[in-house]
Amino acid sequence: MTFLKFGFVALTALTLAACSDSDEDMTAQPYDPNASTISESSLQYFNTVVGDRVLFATDSSSIDSYASETLTRQAEWLNANPGVSATIEGHADERGTREYNLALGARRANAAYNFLVSRGVSASRLRTVSYGKERPEATCSNESCWSQNRRAVTVVAGAPMS
Amino acid sequence: MARNFVVAWLLAAVTGAGVLAPVSGAMAQDAPPLVIEIDEGVIEPMPFAAPVFIAEDAGAAEFAAQLTDVMTNDLTGTALFRLIDRNAYISSPSSFEATPQFADWRAINSQALVTGAVSTSGNQITLRFRLWDVYAGQPVGQGLQLVGDRDNWRRLAHKVADQVYTRITGEDPYFDSRVVFVAESGPKNARVKRLAIMDQDGANLRYLTDGSSMVLTPRFNPTSQEVIYMSYQTGEPRVFLMNVDTLQREELERQPGMTFAPRFSPDGSSVVMSLSRGGNTDIYSVPLGSRQLIQLTNSPAIDTAPSYSPDGSQIVFESDRGGKQQLYVMSAGGGGARRISFGDGAYATPVWSPRGDMIAFTKQQGGRFYIGVMRPDGSDEKLLTASFLDEGPTWSPNGRVLMFFRESPGPNGAPALRSVDVTGRNERRVPLNMPASDPAWSPLLQ
Repeated sequence: MTFLKFGFVALTALTLAACSDSDEDMTAQPYDPNASTISESSLQYFNTVVGDRVLFATDSSSIDSYASETLTRQAEWLNANPGVSATIEGHADERGTREYNLALGARRANAAYNFLVSRGVSASRLRTVSYGKERPEATCSNESCWSQNRRAVTVVAGAPMS
Repeated sequence: MARNFVVAWLLAAVTGAGVLAPVSGAMAQDAPPLVIEIDEGVIEPMPFAAPVFIAEDAGAAEFAAQLTDVMTNDLTGTALFRLIDRNAYISSPSSFEATPQFADWRAINSQALVTGAVSTSGNQITLRFRLWDVYAGQPVGQGLQLVGDRDNWRRLAHKVADQVYTRITGEDPYFDSRVVFVAESGPKNARVKRLAIMDQDGANLRYLTDGSSMVLTPRFNPTSQEVIYMSYQTGEPRVFLMNVDTLQREELERQPGMTFAPRFSPDGSSVVMSLSRGGNTDIYSVPLGSRQLIQLTNSPAIDTAPSYSPDGSQIVFESDRGGKQQLYVMSAGGGGARRISFGDGAYATPVWSPRGDMIAFTKQQGGRFYIGVMRPDGSDEKLLTASFLDEGPTWSPNGRVLMFFRESPGPNGAPALRSVDVTGRNERRVPLNMPASDPAWSPLLQ
């Protein structure tokens, strides 16, 4: 089980490295299994091992099976760390108009929110905000970037950094 | 901000003055009347001459050439007029009162002639101008005298250009107007977005917010110097009002949820906008008096981008209730909506023309974005522009020109303001040296 988790983490790190042109404020840090251990209740653990984000298909806010696994881990982690609150940010790619994308981002954030609440996370610990297409993480103009930008990111507050 | 303007008709000295009288008699057979019909057939701009306005005192000298340039730039920017090079002029008016030597202007094929004189007194500038039909040898309309503050000298020039444009095309004026927009800076993944305002021709840029909170989608109140916009000031998208002169701002109302896509009603007494709760977005109206939300749509779809008809009786909006984003029209009080867009692709950001005859929109199809227009019943769809990303049309106050923004692709992509005639001609970049988006045209200044 631990081995499988490492496999997932390494893949995430590679994907992020490949697309991080000049982005300095990556929320996910590459995880080195040989480095000194990080606390399971830390921000770093949540962002890298649990996974802080889920991705969506074009114009969709449906939670697919992969996203569902990530959100299940998020719910477990949030339930194990009751002192932490979270803001779920909904985002869209640049292939849409501003206002529609704000609404679409709200749909995506809400889909993740509803999933977490359905898995026992108290609604009072969660809020949602949509950024539409205004805060892309990957800046190229093709599907390799757009697919990363169609996302709902769970930003936790109140957890130690590492 | 003082906007003291006095407009007075010059009653004396202009003989035979009339309102764009059709040229009659034998002269009319020799030369076409001084009229531009703006339709899809016009290709050749009308050649006109505009000698530098006469400076009637020492203080006027610094303004005369600039006033003339601003006026001629407005006119030539429409591509309906072509300024004849001043090196070709045979004679120059010796005084504002003198009747032009029409033969000299006919010889260089100038159809229209604009003459003017500038004088100053204290903080005030006085600009007098006349428009002449060169071939008829007659004035077009009465001479006009405009008085304004030095600080607002450009408005005098815009007023003259508006008069010339209106007298020759028969269309309503639009040069003396402003545009509120979102000024953008910084990298694509960390853009700073500030509210800004400029004259319609890109001059007099002024920032209205400091960039500490992201702002989007400003719109002018049709009846005042007030704008409505969306800001992340409170941490989530919310609708705010701002007076562009005093910069005072306030949140429109405080009901929970994300509020966005605000626009004023034509009489300025009410706002229509989207409210998103639980991931679902519907359209609401908010009277500025009561500030109570009135729900106008109730569907599980994304209903947004509402825009009133100019008579205030109807609202056009976009919705994905049928799958893709399409345009719908409903009564201003809500209720049943009728779909009006039926082409391939997705339709968004509908904006009702101030003339009432057209609805402009953004269309997304086959990986491209277009600015287009259609009749309010959905007929006569016509696409005017196309690119990787064209978005967000806004109408000039006379409903003849659309401004929009175009974003270029890639990590270094940036938005720029552009304009295009409703005929599809004369697409051009707005002369503004900064990335900018979400333009919204003001009503004509008073």
